[in-house]
Amino acid sequence: MSRPRNGWVLPVSLLLALLLGMVPLPDGVQPLRPYWLALVLAYWLIEIPERVGLGVAFCVGVVADLAYGGLLGEQALRLVVLAFILDRFRARLRFFPMSQQALTLGVLLLNDRVISSVIHVVMGVPQPPATYWLAPLLGMLLWPPLHLLLDHLRLRRQ
Amino acid sequence: MPTPASSPAARPGEVAGVLRLLAFLILSTMLMVLDHRGGWLRTLRTQAEAVVQPLWWLAGQPARIGTSLRENAVTHAQLADDNARLRQALLLTEARNARLRTAAAENARLRGLLDSAERARLDVQLAGVLDLDLDPTRQRLILDAGSNSGVRLGQTVIDAGGLMGQVIALTPTTATVLLLTDPDHAVPVMVARTGVRLMVYGTGRSDALQLADVPLSADVRTGDVLLTSGLGGRFPQGFAVGTVAALRADDSRAFLKADVRPAAQLDRGRDVLLLRGYKPAQVPAAAAAKPAATATKPTAGSAPVRTGGQP
Repeated sequence: MSRPRNGWVLPVSLLLALLLGMVPLPDGVQPLRPYWLALVLAYWLIEIPERVGLGVAFCVGVVADLAYGGLLGEQALRLVVLAFILDRFRARLRFFPMSQQALTLGVLLLNDRVISSVIHVVMGVPQPPATYWLAPLLGMLLWPPLHLLLDHLRLRRQ
Repeated sequence: MPTPASSPAARPGEVAGVLRLLAFLILSTMLMVLDHRGGWLRTLRTQAEAVVQPLWWLAGQPARIGTSLRENAVTHAQLADDNARLRQALLLTEARNARLRTAAAENARLRGLLDSAERARLDVQLAGVLDLDLDPTRQRLILDAGSNSGVRLGQTVIDAGGLMGQVIALTPTTATVLLLTDPDHAVPVMVARTGVRLMVYGTGRSDALQLADVPLSADVRTGDVLLTSGLGGRFPQGFAVGTVAALRADDSRAFLKADVRPAAQLDRGRDVLLLRGYKPAQVPAAAAAKPAATATKPTAGSAPVRTGGQP
């Protein structure tokens, strides 16, 4: 179970998550865009901690900052914090039923929004509109299907 | 099978984990501070953005495919309809243009009488907008034309309605435009009706600009049209910036501030015009030498560094 069979799934899924964060959405839906990168990264952090850790989270965050044109280092910090918390709770999280896992991810994503707004306050960067606080909810709902999909891709027999 | 982190045997690992966390936190904080302050990280950032450029191109594909699908799927009737409508619009514009031409001729004659310099004609280059949702707190656009197609830093970007912003970063095939509505952006304007000179600041929302520090005695009314004043030399004179939507006293009660509706369609449209033939003034090293140059918003400390890039 621990041997990665489909090694390509990791980079491809991260790249897709990065792109999904940039694909244009209608104005009304845009605030609800889930933090795909955090979700996908969370999956890998839980499933293959020996390959994906704080370092990977940091690098992915820096690339995302460059791609999204935001404050350089912001997403790096957010993802590193996410990775650290997930690492602490991984052992328990892995045996949670899916609903509880999703709930935990929702809380983590909410925490991520808190960190983001604290960074914005400290750095004097303007805050995104209040509707952006709804995004973690959607992220939570998307966790079970995403988990199943990635599991399927990763563990499928060639 | 990973061991549970809570077991006593995992203590040293836990400490190492915290140390690693701290190291990464410090590293990312340093990045943020350096990025926010500007400085040497800016050049590094420009180069790194050239690396993520293919990502932008990829992320822009779905929208592009969507557009071409829609364009292929429209019916003949729709096309005929569009055609008729556009013909009408063209006729109207031509009629207006003819009137403007006579006005322009008269203007030229009067200018000749006044012996003043002829203003440069409008020379523009069309550039497409890469349809991307970037960081929502920053008002930027990515254009699919870069230094290879002759785009220059500091170039003025307009659309049919009026001023949109300026080019602040360039790669060979893309250009980043700082929109008027970015909180770091400021543009010197004058009221078309009275000639009062003021500054318009971005608010971070794509449908609102702000006129700050309007003296109580200044003759500004709701509905006034604001044009670029050309002061500071960054933008040419006479492009529509917006319309005053509402006026109210600011916090100090000594000045007024006003909400301004941008003249350009900043959140819509697929194409923009890049103004050619206008050389933005060199930004002098001494900030005092540019009384009302763009992007020197007093409240945002990093604004001059961020947006006042030398052309």
